[in-house]
Amino acid sequence: MTISKQDVEHIALSARLKLTEEEIKLYTKQLDSILECVDLLEQIDTTDVRPTAHGVELFNVLREDEVEPSLPQEKALINAPETEHGFFKVPRII
Amino acid sequence: MSYQDKYEMVCGVETHVELATKTKIFCACTTEFGGEQNTHVCPVCLGLPGALPVLNREVVNLAIKAGLALNCEIAEFTKFDRKNYFYPDLSKNYQTSQYDLPICKNGRLEIEINGESKSIGITRAHMEEDAGKLVHSGESITTSDSSYVDYNRAGVPLLEIVSEPDMRTVDEVIAYLQELVQILDYAGVSDCKMEQGSVRFDVNVSLRPLGSRELGTRTEIKNLNSFAAVRRCLEYETERQAKVLNKGEKVIQETRTWDDSQGVTLSLRTKEEAHDYRYFPEADLVPLKIDPEWVERIRATLPELPAAKRERLKELGLSGYEAGVLTSSKAMADYFDRVMQNYADAKVVANWIMGDLSALLKANNRSFEDCPIKPYQLADMLKLIKKGDISGKIAKTVLEEIYTGGKDPAVIVKEKGLVQIRDQDALEKIIAEVLAQNPKSVADYQGGKEKAFGFLVGQVMKATQGKANPELVNKILKEKLQIAY
Repeated sequence: MTISKQDVEHIALSARLKLTEEEIKLYTKQLDSILECVDLLEQIDTTDVRPTAHGVELFNVLREDEVEPSLPQEKALINAPETEHGFFKVPRII
Repeated sequence: MSYQDKYEMVCGVETHVELATKTKIFCACTTEFGGEQNTHVCPVCLGLPGALPVLNREVVNLAIKAGLALNCEIAEFTKFDRKNYFYPDLSKNYQTSQYDLPICKNGRLEIEINGESKSIGITRAHMEEDAGKLVHSGESITTSDSSYVDYNRAGVPLLEIVSEPDMRTVDEVIAYLQELVQILDYAGVSDCKMEQGSVRFDVNVSLRPLGSRELGTRTEIKNLNSFAAVRRCLEYETERQAKVLNKGEKVIQETRTWDDSQGVTLSLRTKEEAHDYRYFPEADLVPLKIDPEWVERIRATLPELPAAKRERLKELGLSGYEAGVLTSSKAMADYFDRVMQNYADAKVVANWIMGDLSALLKANNRSFEDCPIKPYQLADMLKLIKKGDISGKIAKTVLEEIYTGGKDPAVIVKEKGLVQIRDQDALEKIIAEVLAQNPKSVADYQGGKEKAFGFLVGQVMKATQGKANPELVNKILKEKLQIAY
């Protein structure tokens, strides 16, 4: 086991997931097997390989600074569970 | 007792500055301030599933420009990362920012404190997106049962500039911030409109016993949006930390917020605080390679920066104070330069700009950015004074006339009949009348009362509505008074 129950609980809290004891057990096992699989990669000799930041060998994809129309307000809000006065309405913060 | 008797302050600042682009950092929505809520948004800045960000070239240009203005190294290779946290002002639950490979690092700027120069290090500057705005319903944050979110600001490009903890007094912090904002203003990387939140500061502050070299525990106070707020906040927080330390207690490392109305900092800790941002590379954006040619191209567009401008003004014969005031905003400094193109007497131009013109603008709540008096008009007016056509006193009236009516000074002087009376005969006649009407003052002067002379000059000016040439009046008066009446 490379991952502990505490690790899984921490990850769940960070992702704002509420897990049952059973789920924690299950995910601990599953995450552990994923990490084992990733560990296989550690066996490869990467001495001369530079770290990469992206999976595709592509750089400098840029747009020009030109304004295009935005969404109309009603479209922007269309998927929101709650809206008021053109705002997204969310539960009280703090 | 002040904290300074026992402790030394150590302070570093993170400055968030909105870059002056037309569109957002990863989409083509406008960055215009204001606008009805949620009308400057699209699938990308709303974080809708499947929407793909594309980096705005101008953001990179301006970030490089700011970096060069702050003497930074520009990275040859840089990338974006996701900073994960949950707050409704972030539509995606992460902020696209830069973590381990920022675009700029290892810079510095010079501040002047009591005539001495001090270098403040810039650790790094990185590109990121701004968050949306939360509006709280109800009486206050704590009593409202819901919050409203406006995402117009979400995705506006920011440069976060992180200083080294090099500042030791509140004055140094303010001097650093003023110099920083001035440089960004001059470089044209931001509109620097503090009142619109274009520049915001987070300060990190700690105390340590005088003479100690170790750093004390710091607190971070977030989201200050004016120099005055930073000053008041630091004055409060240093005293608060000193009280904690004096009691033998420990300062808790935490994030605090500044309550401007109460003038206090408040803890923002909640039990779920334990932030773990879990940064990882943003796979939706490809990395950037910045070659030296790109950097040089941007360097060529850098204008004269405040420090260089101040030096140049001093070489023109202005004092350090005058140079400082004139360069305090780019608009004012540019105005000075433009007047100087047509009237190259630095002292005189500086006096009028810093004095009467500034006062006039202030009284009308305007700035040099939208000054109704064109630089050439001020220069023309100064020429009229020099030629002797108008006196300095009349010129004040002319200045106000240009301000309100927009006409050129020569036209105003002609239309209003403000040209100085330099006709010797005409003046002699007027002066003779004034002397005849004021025999007591004449006697007083001749009896040795110097003051009476000033009174008589005043009477002549009154009789000519201020249009008499002052030197000529003095000369004629003296001559006439020597002849016994």
